[in-house]
Amino acid sequence: MTSAALNANPAPAILPGSGGLRGALSDLFWRKPKVLLLLMLLPPVLWLGIVYIGSLFALLAQSFFSIDEFSGLINREFTLKTYGDLLQAANLDIILRTVTMAALVTLASAVIAFPIAYYAARYARGRWKALFYLGIMLPLWSSYLVKIYAWKLILAKEGILTWLLAKLHLLWMLDAWLSLPIVGGNSLSVSFTGTFIVFVYVWLPFMILPVQAALERVPGNLVEASSDLGASPGQTFRNVLFPLALPGIVAGSIFTFSLTLGDYIIPQIIGTSRLFIGQAVYSQQGTAGNIPLAAAFTVVPIVIMGFYLWGAKRMGAFDAL
Amino acid sequence: MRSDGSQSAPLGLKIAAACGLLFLHLPILLIFVYAFTTEEKSFVWPPPGLTTQWFAVTWNRPDVWQALSLSVRVAAISTAIALVLGTLCSAAVSRTRFFGRETISLLVILPIALPGIITGIALRSAFSLADIPFSFWTIVLGHATFCVVVVYNNAVARFRRTSGSMIEASMDLGADGFQTFRHVVLPNIATALLAGGMLAFALSFDEVIVTTFTAGQQQTLPIWMLEELIRPRQRPVTNVVAMVVMLVTLLPILAAYYLTRDGDQIAGSGK
Repeated sequence: MTSAALNANPAPAILPGSGGLRGALSDLFWRKPKVLLLLMLLPPVLWLGIVYIGSLFALLAQSFFSIDEFSGLINREFTLKTYGDLLQAANLDIILRTVTMAALVTLASAVIAFPIAYYAARYARGRWKALFYLGIMLPLWSSYLVKIYAWKLILAKEGILTWLLAKLHLLWMLDAWLSLPIVGGNSLSVSFTGTFIVFVYVWLPFMILPVQAALERVPGNLVEASSDLGASPGQTFRNVLFPLALPGIVAGSIFTFSLTLGDYIIPQIIGTSRLFIGQAVYSQQGTAGNIPLAAAFTVVPIVIMGFYLWGAKRMGAFDAL
Repeated sequence: MRSDGSQSAPLGLKIAAACGLLFLHLPILLIFVYAFTTEEKSFVWPPPGLTTQWFAVTWNRPDVWQALSLSVRVAAISTAIALVLGTLCSAAVSRTRFFGRETISLLVILPIALPGIITGIALRSAFSLADIPFSFWTIVLGHATFCVVVVYNNAVARFRRTSGSMIEASMDLGADGFQTFRHVVLPNIATALLAGGMLAFALSFDEVIVTTFTAGQQQTLPIWMLEELIRPRQRPVTNVVAMVVMLVTLLPILAAYYLTRDGDQIAGSGK
């Protein structure tokens, strides 16, 4: 039945179509919801498919190109030479250093995040709950560079931390720490310790949120039952709370791990001159102009995160997101 | 059922949680103090004196204004694109079940799930392969891509709570698809879209990692800050800009929180 036929014979319960292009379109969407679905999906899928997935493939393609060492031009022929370059000792060092840092940052974030998340999930109520939520959301969303800048102010030799330790007569502890190999340095702002602190600070909210979400789902009476049955708080934590919070911790660790693997700004501003993966990528594509090697370098975090996500999925971490 | 209403937390837990929150907030507060310091050459603490002269100095800096204006324009256009794409995508995903629905969710989340440097270098190498010169639009292209997910997440959460029977009721009462969208769907999702849009704006305004790969020689405000961080030339001006950036990103976050607050509480109590 066409809409013209409806108009000629108006049945009492059926309204006439609104007519015109708009009416025709509206009727079409009603009769064929698939058309509407297709029209809604087309723009975002085209955008993300072309801009993002297309770029990822361009990146992957570049990693199989190589750079001509004499002319500096990129040779657009398939080769595995760039991946061979990636396996040099210096580059493996960079990868190992970054992965170690990511693992340490993830561990520290989990330890600091747990009490905040547990308090927010189990004890905070009403106004305090809202306050905790904002207290986690604001640092999460506030400017990334400004947060790093704040730590530069704190960790500088003449900064607030040195001042505070001097007032407490604890400066000898800082000096002793800085004189250690690897983690030490001239001042905290040019040491791995500084890099580590800033990484933990910047990614901590990403850990708190999923852990809190996981702990919200633990009924309070489970904890009570555990202590009724004679478990000490430590035993309750080990045998009840921790296993139930683990998917949340793994979910949070996806963020802390992945973000640390890919970051190049924090170690550049607060840290030593030894490179992390992100810095290697940045300097290869920028000053060295070696986009193939930069592309091959980014494949490393993608592969690591692929395995990580696969493991996390098996631990049920995605339900806690 | 909960029986822990009257219980209070163990002291150790309280202290650990409080220390954690202080760790998160003290560094941010420090920025506000340093914006007023009279010290020009170093980050010395405590500040030798307080002054507001750096606000005037910053106000008269054309490079700061140019960077700010570029950042605002990029953020506005990226947010607009993200709003359209994110809303369409969330409407499609939450209204119907179809083959590949999960893949679409993954596709939207991917640009933010992978480290920014991958998005950045991927776009950079695509531009290089396709011989596209850097411009205003190459920045927007990158920003809009990872802003979609913020709008999408907010809108999907709202669609989940909006009952589909309202749409059916509107159609039964004789409204056509456009009228239903205008008078039923849009008012329902408006605050979620506003919140998503604000978060997207804040995200784009603050973005630096992807931007360094797609901007070429152009300076957004975060890139201006990054250069100051690497090679400090004007510490007092940087202090002031840091404070302003902090405020510009915090206000939309607070607004977005108040716009979606009721929903969050409902979602939180539904466990």
